[in-house]
Amino acid sequence: MVAVIHPIPSGTRDVLPDEMRELRAISDALRGVFDREGYGEIATPSLEHESVLARGGAGGPLPAYRVVDDHGAVLALRSDMTVPIARVVATRYATADPPLRFCYFANAFRSVRPHRGQQREFLQAGVELLGAPGAEGTAEALRVLCASLDATGLEHYRVGLGDASLYPALLAEAGVPEEARAGLLHELSTRDFVGLERKLRALSLSGEARERLLTVPQVRGGEEVLGDGGAGLRAVVELLPDDVRARVIFDLGLVRDLAYYTGAVFEVYDPGLGQPIGGGGRYDELLGRFGRPLPAVGFALTVDSLHVALTGEERLS
Amino acid sequence: MSALSGLRIAVPRGALLGETLDVLDRLGVDTAEVRSNDRKLLFEDAGIVTMRPSDVPTYVEAGAADIGITGKDVLVEQAEREVYELHDLGFGACRMILATVEGPDPAEEALRRLGMVRVATKYPKLAAAYFERTGRQAEIVEVKGSVELAPLTGLAEAIVDLTATGTTLRENGLVERETIFEATARLIANPVAHKLKAAAIDDLLGRVRAG
Repeated sequence: MVAVIHPIPSGTRDVLPDEMRELRAISDALRGVFDREGYGEIATPSLEHESVLARGGAGGPLPAYRVVDDHGAVLALRSDMTVPIARVVATRYATADPPLRFCYFANAFRSVRPHRGQQREFLQAGVELLGAPGAEGTAEALRVLCASLDATGLEHYRVGLGDASLYPALLAEAGVPEEARAGLLHELSTRDFVGLERKLRALSLSGEARERLLTVPQVRGGEEVLGDGGAGLRAVVELLPDDVRARVIFDLGLVRDLAYYTGAVFEVYDPGLGQPIGGGGRYDELLGRFGRPLPAVGFALTVDSLHVALTGEERLS
Repeated sequence: MSALSGLRIAVPRGALLGETLDVLDRLGVDTAEVRSNDRKLLFEDAGIVTMRPSDVPTYVEAGAADIGITGKDVLVEQAEREVYELHDLGFGACRMILATVEGPDPAEEALRRLGMVRVATKYPKLAAAYFERTGRQAEIVEVKGSVELAPLTGLAEAIVDLTATGTTLRENGLVERETIFEATARLIANPVAHKLKAAAIDDLLGRVRAG
Protein backbone atom coordinates (compact mmCIF):
# COMPACT_ATOMS: atom_id res chain seq x y z
CA MET A 1 0.00 0.00 0.00
CA VAL A 2 1.27 3.46 -0.83
CA ALA A 3 1.05 5.93 2.05
CA VAL A 4 -0.65 9.20 1.28
CA ILE A 5 1.61 12.14 2.13
CA HIS A 6 -0.08 15.28 3.37
CA PRO A 7 2.72 17.83 3.50
CA ILE A 8 3.46 20.29 6.32
CA PRO A 9 5.37 23.57 5.83
CA SER A 10 9.14 23.22 5.54
CA GLY A 11 10.91 23.99 8.80
CA THR A 12 8.05 22.58 10.87
CA ARG A 13 7.60 19.03 12.07
CA ASP A 14 5.50 16.58 14.00
CA VAL A 15 6.80 15.25 17.30
CA LEU A 16 5.96 11.62 17.92
CA PRO A 17 5.94 9.81 21.29
CA ASP A 18 9.57 8.57 21.43
CA GLU A 19 10.93 12.04 20.84
CA MET A 20 8.23 13.73 22.88
CA ARG A 21 9.12 11.64 25.94
CA GLU A 22 12.71 12.86 25.73
CA LEU A 23 11.73 16.48 25.10
CA ARG A 24 9.30 16.30 28.00
CA ALA A 25 12.03 14.99 30.31
CA ILE A 26 14.21 17.97 29.35
CA SER A 27 11.37 20.45 29.89
CA ASP A 28 10.49 18.86 33.24
CA ALA A 29 14.10 19.11 34.40
CA LEU A 30 14.24 22.77 33.40
CA ARG A 31 10.84 23.53 34.95
CA GLY A 32 11.94 21.97 38.23
CA VAL A 33 14.86 24.41 38.48
CA PHE A 34 12.90 27.46 37.32
CA ASP A 35 10.23 26.66 39.88
CA ARG A 36 12.71 26.09 42.71
CA GLU A 37 14.39 29.42 41.93
CA GLY A 38 11.09 31.26 42.20
CA TYR A 39 10.36 31.89 38.53
CA GLY A 40 6.60 31.74 37.94
CA GLU A 41 5.55 30.23 34.63
CA ILE A 42 3.49 32.37 32.29
CA ALA A 43 1.91 31.95 28.86
CA THR A 44 1.06 34.64 26.35
CA PRO A 45 -0.72 34.46 22.99
CA SER A 46 1.27 33.17 20.03
CA LEU A 47 -0.27 36.00 18.01
CA GLU A 48 0.33 39.60 19.07
CA HIS A 49 -0.39 42.94 17.46
CA GLU A 50 2.50 43.58 15.12
CA SER A 51 2.92 47.06 16.60
CA VAL A 52 3.61 45.51 20.03
CA LEU A 53 6.32 43.20 18.72
CA ALA A 54 7.83 46.06 16.73
CA ARG A 55 8.68 47.77 20.02
CA GLY A 56 11.48 45.21 20.28
CA GLY A 57 13.23 47.74 18.08
CA ALA A 58 14.95 47.93 14.74
CA GLY A 59 17.29 45.00 14.31
CA GLY A 60 15.24 43.23 16.94
CA PRO A 61 13.54 39.89 16.52
CA LEU A 62 11.26 40.95 13.71
CA PRO A 63 8.24 38.72 13.24
CA ALA A 64 8.44 36.52 10.16
CA TYR A 65 4.74 35.71 9.82
CA ARG A 66 1.89 38.19 9.75
CA VAL A 67 -1.82 37.76 9.27
CA VAL A 68 -4.59 40.25 8.83
CA ASP A 69 -7.55 39.30 11.02
CA ASP A 70 -11.24 39.68 10.20
CA HIS A 71 -11.20 43.23 11.62
CA GLY A 72 -8.25 44.30 9.52
CA ALA A 73 -5.77 44.28 12.42
CA VAL A 74 -2.22 43.17 11.54
CA LEU A 75 -1.16 40.35 13.84
CA ALA A 76 2.17 38.59 13.95
CA LEU A 77 3.51 35.33 15.37
CA ARG A 78 5.93 36.14 18.18
CA SER A 79 9.61 35.58 17.40
CA ASP A 80 10.63 35.35 21.05
CA MET A 81 9.07 35.61 24.52
CA THR A 82 11.10 38.53 25.85
CA VAL A 83 9.06 41.19 24.06
CA PRO A 84 5.64 39.68 25.01
CA ILE A 85 6.77 39.42 28.64
CA ALA A 86 7.87 43.06 28.57
CA ARG A 87 4.32 43.88 27.45
CA VAL A 88 2.79 41.77 30.24
CA VAL A 89 4.95 43.42 32.89
CA ALA A 90 4.09 46.94 31.72
CA THR A 91 0.35 46.24 31.58
CA ARG A 92 -0.37 43.64 34.28
CA TYR A 93 2.43 44.39 36.75
CA ALA A 94 2.53 48.17 36.33
CA THR A 95 2.77 48.80 40.05
CA ALA A 96 4.18 45.50 41.37
CA ASP A 97 7.37 45.76 43.40
CA PRO A 98 10.45 44.45 41.60
CA PRO A 99 12.20 42.14 41.23
CA LEU A 100 9.78 40.04 39.16
CA ARG A 101 10.69 36.52 38.08
CA PHE A 102 9.00 34.74 35.18
CA CYS A 103 9.70 31.61 33.20
CA TYR A 104 8.09 30.20 30.07
CA PHE A 105 7.93 27.23 27.75
CA ALA A 106 6.62 28.59 24.51
CA ASN A 107 6.84 28.10 20.78
CA ALA A 108 8.43 30.98 18.91
CA PHE A 109 8.49 31.57 15.17
CA ARG A 110 11.27 32.82 12.96
CA SER A 111 12.10 32.68 9.31
CA VAL A 112 15.12 30.44 9.17
CA ARG A 113 16.73 28.28 6.59
CA PRO A 114 15.65 24.81 7.63
CA HIS A 115 18.77 22.83 8.45
CA ARG A 116 20.14 20.99 11.39
CA GLY A 117 18.56 22.22 14.60
CA GLN A 118 16.88 25.25 13.00
CA GLN A 119 13.13 25.39 12.67
CA ARG A 120 10.47 27.91 11.73
CA GLU A 121 8.60 27.02 14.87
CA PHE A 122 10.60 26.01 17.90
CA LEU A 123 10.11 25.51 21.61
CA GLN A 124 11.97 27.94 23.81
CA ALA A 125 12.43 27.54 27.55
CA GLY A 126 13.63 30.59 29.38
CA VAL A 127 13.48 33.00 32.27
CA GLU A 128 13.21 36.76 32.62
CA LEU A 129 14.40 38.56 35.75
CA LEU A 130 12.97 42.07 35.82
CA GLY A 131 14.01 44.86 38.16
CA ALA A 132 17.27 43.26 39.24
CA PRO A 133 19.96 45.64 38.04
CA GLY A 134 23.58 45.17 37.17
CA ALA A 135 25.96 42.44 38.13
CA GLU A 136 23.70 40.84 40.78
CA GLY A 137 20.87 40.29 38.30
CA THR A 138 23.18 38.97 35.60
CA ALA A 139 24.89 36.62 38.06
CA GLU A 140 21.52 35.23 39.15
CA ALA A 141 20.52 34.57 35.53
CA LEU A 142 23.82 32.76 34.87
CA ARG A 143 23.44 30.71 38.03
CA VAL A 144 19.90 29.66 37.08
CA LEU A 145 21.07 28.95 33.51
CA CYS A 146 23.80 26.56 34.67
CA ALA A 147 21.56 24.91 37.28
CA SER A 148 18.97 24.30 34.53
CA LEU A 149 21.50 22.78 32.13
CA ASP A 150 22.96 20.63 34.92
CA ALA A 151 19.46 19.35 35.68
CA THR A 152 19.04 18.12 32.09
CA GLY A 153 22.23 16.08 32.38
CA LEU A 154 24.25 18.12 29.88
CA GLU A 155 27.86 17.78 30.99
CA HIS A 156 30.36 19.53 28.78
CA TYR A 157 28.67 22.84 28.07
CA ARG A 158 30.38 26.21 28.46
CA VAL A 159 28.87 29.66 28.70
CA GLY A 160 30.42 32.41 26.58
CA LEU A 161 30.10 35.77 28.38
CA GLY A 162 30.56 39.10 26.66
CA ASP A 163 29.31 42.66 26.85
CA ALA A 164 27.16 44.22 24.13
CA SER A 165 28.22 47.72 25.20
CA LEU A 166 31.95 46.98 25.02
CA TYR A 167 32.62 47.38 21.30
CA PRO A 168 30.46 50.49 20.81
CA ALA A 169 32.38 52.03 23.75
CA LEU A 170 35.72 51.08 22.16
CA LEU A 171 34.62 52.67 18.88
CA ALA A 172 33.69 55.90 20.63
CA GLU A 173 36.92 55.90 22.62
CA ALA A 174 39.02 55.40 19.49
CA GLY A 175 37.29 58.38 17.88
CA VAL A 176 35.73 56.36 15.05
CA PRO A 177 33.36 58.71 13.21
CA GLU A 178 29.68 58.08 13.97
CA GLU A 179 28.83 57.15 10.37
CA ALA A 180 31.49 54.42 10.20
CA ARG A 181 30.43 52.64 13.40
CA ALA A 182 27.42 50.77 12.02
CA GLY A 183 29.55 49.23 9.28
CA LEU A 184 32.14 47.99 11.76
CA LEU A 185 29.45 46.56 14.05
CA HIS A 186 27.96 44.81 11.02
CA GLU A 187 31.28 43.06 10.29
CA LEU A 188 31.45 42.00 13.92
CA SER A 189 27.88 40.67 13.98
CA THR A 190 28.47 38.70 10.76
CA ARG A 191 31.70 37.36 12.36
CA ASP A 192 33.85 38.60 9.49
CA PHE A 193 37.22 39.60 10.95
CA VAL A 194 38.73 39.98 7.48
CA GLY A 195 36.05 42.53 6.60
CA LEU A 196 36.53 44.23 9.97
CA GLU A 197 40.26 44.61 9.39
CA ARG A 198 39.65 46.01 5.93
CA LYS A 199 37.15 48.60 7.15
CA LEU A 200 39.43 49.58 10.03
CA ARG A 201 42.34 50.09 7.63
CA ALA A 202 40.25 52.44 5.52
CA LEU A 203 39.71 54.73 8.53
CA SER A 204 42.30 57.24 9.68
CA LEU A 205 43.08 55.84 13.12
CA SER A 206 46.28 55.54 15.09
CA GLY A 207 47.98 52.16 14.64
CA GLU A 208 47.37 51.41 18.29
CA ALA A 209 43.63 52.17 18.16
CA ARG A 210 43.23 50.08 15.01
CA GLU A 211 45.07 47.15 16.57
CA ARG A 212 42.85 47.34 19.66
CA LEU A 213 39.64 47.45 17.62
CA LEU A 214 40.76 44.40 15.68
CA THR A 215 42.20 42.25 18.46
CA VAL A 216 39.82 42.93 21.38
CA PRO A 217 36.77 41.29 19.71
CA GLN A 218 38.87 38.18 19.03
CA VAL A 219 39.83 37.79 22.68
CA ARG A 220 38.26 34.87 24.50
CA GLY A 221 39.46 32.76 27.38
CA GLY A 222 39.61 32.76 31.17
CA GLU A 223 39.60 35.66 33.61
CA GLU A 224 43.13 36.59 32.57
CA VAL A 225 41.74 38.08 29.34
CA LEU A 226 39.72 40.71 31.22
CA GLY A 227 41.98 43.71 30.89
CA ASP A 228 40.63 47.23 30.92
CA GLY A 229 37.08 47.39 29.61
CA GLY A 230 36.15 44.10 31.25
CA ALA A 231 35.31 45.68 34.62
CA GLY A 232 31.58 45.02 34.21
CA LEU A 233 32.16 41.35 33.48
CA ARG A 234 34.60 40.96 36.35
CA ALA A 235 31.92 42.26 38.73
CA VAL A 236 29.51 39.61 37.41
CA VAL A 237 31.91 36.71 37.63
CA GLU A 238 32.96 37.56 41.18
CA LEU A 239 29.37 36.95 42.27
CA LEU A 240 29.24 33.48 40.71
CA PRO A 241 29.65 30.23 42.64
CA ASP A 242 32.76 28.27 41.63
CA ASP A 243 30.99 25.63 39.54
CA VAL A 244 29.30 28.30 37.41
CA ARG A 245 32.49 30.35 37.22
CA ALA A 246 34.32 27.32 35.84
CA ARG A 247 31.82 27.16 32.95
CA VAL A 248 32.40 30.74 31.80
CA ILE A 249 34.50 31.60 28.76
CA PHE A 250 34.96 35.35 28.44
CA ASP A 251 34.39 36.46 24.89
CA LEU A 252 34.98 40.15 24.26
CA GLY A 253 33.67 39.88 20.70
CA LEU A 254 30.40 38.15 21.57
CA VAL A 255 27.45 39.73 19.81
CA ARG A 256 23.90 38.45 19.84
CA ASP A 257 21.57 38.78 16.89
CA LEU A 258 18.94 40.62 18.90
CA ALA A 259 19.34 44.37 19.09
CA TYR A 260 17.73 45.00 22.48
CA TYR A 261 20.72 43.85 24.54
CA THR A 262 22.47 46.64 26.45
CA GLY A 263 25.12 45.00 28.64
CA ALA A 264 26.26 41.51 29.53
CA VAL A 265 25.35 38.92 26.87
CA PHE A 266 25.91 35.19 26.94
CA GLU A 267 25.61 32.08 24.81
CA VAL A 268 25.67 28.36 25.62
CA TYR A 269 28.06 26.10 23.68
CA ASP A 270 28.37 22.35 23.79
CA PRO A 271 30.74 20.04 21.90
CA GLY A 272 27.66 17.99 20.94
CA LEU A 273 26.28 20.73 18.65
CA GLY A 274 27.88 23.06 16.09
CA GLN A 275 25.66 26.01 17.00
CA PRO A 276 24.79 27.72 20.29
CA ILE A 277 22.02 26.02 22.30
CA GLY A 278 20.67 29.31 23.56
CA GLY A 279 21.69 32.52 25.19
CA GLY A 280 20.57 35.75 26.70
CA GLY A 281 21.69 38.97 28.26
CA ARG A 282 20.76 42.29 29.81
CA TYR A 283 18.14 44.44 28.15
CA ASP A 284 17.86 47.46 30.41
CA GLU A 285 15.98 49.68 27.95
CA LEU A 286 13.31 47.39 26.50
CA LEU A 287 10.82 47.69 29.40
CA GLY A 288 11.00 51.49 29.14
CA ARG A 289 9.63 51.28 25.59
CA PHE A 290 6.51 49.71 27.09
CA GLY A 291 6.20 52.41 29.75
CA ARG A 292 7.63 50.64 32.78
CA PRO A 293 11.39 51.24 32.81
CA LEU A 294 13.07 48.37 34.64
CA PRO A 295 16.53 46.89 34.23
CA ALA A 296 16.19 43.28 33.09
CA VAL A 297 18.07 40.15 32.18
CA GLY A 298 16.98 36.81 30.79
CA PHE A 299 17.90 33.78 28.76
CA ALA A 300 16.21 31.36 26.38
CA LEU A 301 17.21 27.81 25.53
CA THR A 302 16.06 26.14 22.34
CA VAL A 303 14.75 22.84 23.68
CA ASP A 304 15.32 20.98 20.39
CA SER A 305 18.94 22.16 20.26
CA LEU A 306 19.46 21.10 23.86
CA HIS A 307 18.05 17.70 22.92
CA VAL A 308 20.43 17.40 19.95
CA ALA A 309 23.36 18.42 22.16
CA LEU A 310 22.45 15.82 24.78
CA THR A 311 22.29 13.16 22.06
CA GLY A 312 25.58 14.48 20.66
CA GLU A 313 27.28 14.12 24.05
CA GLU A 314 26.06 10.51 24.22
CA ARG A 315 27.65 9.90 20.82
CA LEU A 316 30.94 11.59 21.75
CA SER A 317 31.34 9.73 25.03
CA MET B 1 48.80 15.90 19.45
CA SER B 2 48.83 16.52 15.72
CA ALA B 3 50.18 19.68 14.11
CA LEU B 4 46.60 21.03 14.09
CA SER B 5 46.24 20.56 17.89
CA GLY B 6 43.36 18.15 17.38
CA LEU B 7 41.37 20.43 15.06
CA ARG B 8 39.67 18.99 12.00
CA ILE B 9 40.09 21.12 8.88
CA ALA B 10 37.90 21.12 5.76
CA VAL B 11 40.18 21.41 2.73
CA PRO B 12 38.86 22.44 -0.71
CA ARG B 13 39.64 20.23 -3.69
CA GLY B 14 40.13 21.96 -7.03
CA ALA B 15 42.01 25.17 -7.75
CA LEU B 16 42.69 26.02 -4.11
CA LEU B 17 43.97 22.56 -3.12
CA GLY B 18 47.67 22.96 -3.89
CA GLU B 19 48.22 26.20 -2.00
CA THR B 20 45.99 25.06 0.86
CA LEU B 21 48.21 22.01 1.30
CA ASP B 22 51.30 24.26 1.10
CA VAL B 23 49.89 26.27 4.04
CA LEU B 24 49.29 23.04 5.96
CA ASP B 25 52.81 21.83 5.17
CA ARG B 26 54.23 24.99 6.69
CA LEU B 27 52.19 24.25 9.83
CA GLY B 28 53.85 20.86 10.04
CA VAL B 29 50.87 18.80 8.84
CA ASP B 30 51.79 15.73 6.83
CA THR B 31 49.91 16.24 3.55
CA ALA B 32 51.75 13.61 1.50
CA GLU B 33 48.83 11.20 1.61
CA VAL B 34 46.36 13.89 0.51
CA ARG B 35 48.62 14.86 -2.38
CA SER B 36 49.04 11.32 -3.57
CA ASN B 37 45.44 10.18 -3.19
CA ASP B 38 42.71 12.06 -5.00
CA ARG B 39 39.92 9.60 -4.25
CA LYS B 40 40.15 9.34 -0.49
CA LEU B 41 38.19 12.05 1.32
CA LEU B 42 38.90 11.66 5.03
CA PHE B 43 42.46 11.71 6.39
CA GLU B 44 41.87 11.06 10.08
CA ASP B 45 45.52 11.11 11.20
CA ALA B 46 46.27 14.47 9.61
CA GLY B 47 42.90 15.93 10.72
CA ILE B 48 41.95 16.70 7.11
CA VAL B 49 38.68 16.24 5.23
CA THR B 50 38.59 17.14 1.55
CA MET B 51 35.55 18.33 -0.38
CA ARG B 52 34.25 20.73 -3.01
CA PRO B 53 34.99 24.36 -2.03
CA SER B 54 31.27 25.14 -1.90
CA ASP B 55 30.73 22.39 0.69
CA VAL B 56 33.34 23.78 3.10
CA PRO B 57 30.99 26.31 4.80
CA THR B 58 28.37 23.57 5.19
CA TYR B 59 30.72 21.25 7.09
CA VAL B 60 32.19 24.06 9.16
CA GLU B 61 28.83 25.58 10.07
CA ALA B 62 27.56 22.21 11.29
CA GLY B 63 30.71 21.56 13.28
CA ALA B 64 31.59 18.48 11.21
CA ALA B 65 34.89 20.32 10.70
CA ASP B 66 36.23 22.87 13.21
CA ILE B 67 37.89 25.09 10.64
CA GLY B 68 38.07 25.23 6.87
CA ILE B 69 39.54 26.98 3.87
CA THR B 70 37.44 28.19 0.97
CA GLY B 71 37.13 31.08 -1.48
CA LYS B 72 35.48 34.40 -0.62
CA ASP B 73 33.21 33.81 -3.64
CA VAL B 74 31.72 30.80 -1.84
CA LEU B 75 31.32 32.75 1.39
CA VAL B 76 29.56 35.65 -0.35
CA GLU B 77 27.19 33.27 -2.15
CA GLN B 78 26.45 31.46 1.12
CA ALA B 79 26.28 34.60 3.26
CA GLU B 80 23.70 33.06 5.60
CA ARG B 81 26.17 30.48 6.91
CA GLU B 82 27.09 31.10 10.52
CA VAL B 83 30.85 30.78 10.42
CA TYR B 84 33.69 33.03 11.56
CA GLU B 85 35.87 34.45 8.82
CA LEU B 86 39.26 34.62 10.51
CA HIS B 87 41.93 35.33 7.97
CA ASP B 88 42.58 36.28 4.36
CA LEU B 89 45.11 33.71 3.15
CA GLY B 90 45.91 35.82 0.09
CA PHE B 91 46.17 33.01 -2.45
CA GLY B 92 43.65 31.97 -5.07
CA ALA B 93 43.07 35.58 -6.11
CA CYS B 94 40.13 35.95 -8.51
CA ARG B 95 37.55 38.55 -9.41
CA MET B 96 33.79 38.17 -9.48
CA ILE B 97 32.86 39.92 -12.70
CA LEU B 98 29.98 40.82 -14.96
CA ALA B 99 30.83 39.99 -18.58
CA THR B 100 29.06 40.18 -21.92
CA VAL B 101 30.06 39.56 -25.54
CA GLU B 102 32.50 42.05 -27.06
CA GLY B 103 31.29 44.98 -29.09
CA PRO B 104 28.24 47.04 -28.08
CA ASP B 105 27.12 45.86 -24.63
CA PRO B 106 23.98 43.69 -25.09
CA ALA B 107 23.20 43.91 -21.35
CA GLU B 108 23.01 47.67 -21.59
CA GLU B 109 20.78 47.44 -24.64
CA ALA B 110 18.48 44.91 -22.93
CA LEU B 111 18.16 47.17 -19.91
CA ARG B 112 17.49 50.23 -22.09
CA ARG B 113 14.94 48.62 -24.40
CA LEU B 114 13.44 45.80 -22.32
CA GLY B 115 14.04 47.15 -18.80
CA MET B 116 15.51 43.83 -17.80
CA VAL B 117 18.66 41.81 -18.40
CA ARG B 118 19.04 38.03 -18.29
CA VAL B 119 22.12 36.96 -16.36
CA ALA B 120 23.52 33.43 -16.31
CA THR B 121 25.58 32.45 -13.27
CA LYS B 122 26.66 29.75 -10.86
CA TYR B 123 26.22 32.34 -8.10
CA PRO B 124 22.48 33.19 -8.19
CA LYS B 125 22.25 34.80 -4.75
CA LEU B 126 25.15 37.18 -5.04
CA ALA B 127 24.26 38.02 -8.65
CA ALA B 128 20.68 38.86 -7.65
CA ALA B 129 21.93 40.93 -4.71
CA TYR B 130 24.38 42.79 -6.95
CA PHE B 131 21.73 43.78 -9.49
CA GLU B 132 19.35 44.78 -6.73
CA ARG B 133 22.05 46.88 -5.08
CA THR B 134 22.83 48.64 -8.35
CA GLY B 135 19.16 49.29 -9.06
CA ARG B 136 18.79 47.15 -12.17
CA GLN B 137 16.16 44.57 -12.99
CA ALA B 138 17.63 41.17 -13.79
CA GLU B 139 16.41 37.68 -14.46
CA ILE B 140 18.92 35.33 -12.89
CA VAL B 141 19.42 32.07 -14.79
CA GLU B 142 21.25 29.49 -12.72
CA VAL B 143 23.59 27.13 -14.59
CA LYS B 144 25.92 24.53 -13.13
CA GLY B 145 28.81 24.55 -15.59
CA SER B 146 30.46 26.55 -18.41
CA VAL B 147 28.65 29.83 -17.91
CA GLU B 148 30.44 31.31 -20.95
CA LEU B 149 28.10 29.35 -23.17
CA ALA B 150 25.01 31.29 -22.06
CA PRO B 151 25.60 34.64 -23.82
CA LEU B 152 26.92 32.88 -26.95
CA THR B 153 23.72 30.90 -27.39
CA GLY B 154 21.21 33.57 -26.42
CA LEU B 155 20.29 32.04 -23.06
CA ALA B 156 21.33 35.28 -21.38
CA GLU B 157 22.79 38.68 -22.25
CA ALA B 158 25.35 38.66 -19.45
CA ILE B 159 27.16 36.40 -17.04
CA VAL B 160 28.33 36.79 -13.47
CA ASP B 161 31.31 34.55 -12.86
CA LEU B 162 34.66 34.14 -11.21
CA THR B 163 37.78 34.75 -13.27
CA ALA B 164 41.46 34.62 -12.42
CA THR B 165 43.23 35.58 -15.63
CA GLY B 166 40.33 36.29 -17.98
CA THR B 167 41.64 33.74 -20.50
CA THR B 168 38.45 31.70 -20.72
CA LEU B 169 36.42 34.87 -21.18
CA ARG B 170 38.65 36.10 -24.02
CA GLU B 171 38.66 32.71 -25.71
CA ASN B 172 34.87 32.84 -25.81
CA GLY B 173 34.72 36.39 -27.12
CA LEU B 174 33.52 37.86 -23.82
CA VAL B 175 34.68 41.04 -22.14
CA GLU B 176 34.62 42.01 -18.51
CA ARG B 177 32.26 44.97 -17.97
CA GLU B 178 32.19 45.32 -14.18
CA THR B 179 34.16 43.97 -11.24
CA ILE B 180 31.83 42.97 -8.39
CA PHE B 181 34.47 42.07 -5.80
CA GLU B 182 37.88 40.48 -5.43
CA ALA B 183 38.03 37.01 -3.92
CA THR B 184 40.85 35.16 -2.18
CA ALA B 185 41.02 32.05 0.00
CA ARG B 186 39.79 32.54 3.57
CA LEU B 187 40.26 30.64 6.80
CA ILE B 188 36.89 30.09 8.50
CA ALA B 189 35.85 28.55 11.82
CA ASN B 190 32.79 27.00 13.40
CA PRO B 191 31.30 29.41 15.99
CA VAL B 192 31.23 26.82 18.77
CA ALA B 193 34.74 25.48 18.05
CA HIS B 194 35.89 29.12 18.01
CA LYS B 195 34.96 29.27 21.73
CA LEU B 196 35.50 25.71 22.96
CA LYS B 197 38.79 25.23 21.08
CA ALA B 198 39.92 28.86 21.31
CA ALA B 199 43.54 28.08 22.25
CA ALA B 200 44.05 25.63 19.37
CA ILE B 201 42.43 27.98 16.84
CA ASP B 202 44.36 31.05 18.03
CA ASP B 203 47.61 29.09 17.95
CA LEU B 204 46.93 27.96 14.40
CA LEU B 205 45.87 31.44 13.33
CA GLY B 206 49.06 32.90 14.80
CA ARG B 207 51.20 30.40 12.92
CA VAL B 208 49.31 30.96 9.65
CA ARG B 209 49.74 34.74 10.04
CA ALA B 210 53.47 34.35 10.75
CA GLY B 211 53.67 32.47 7.43
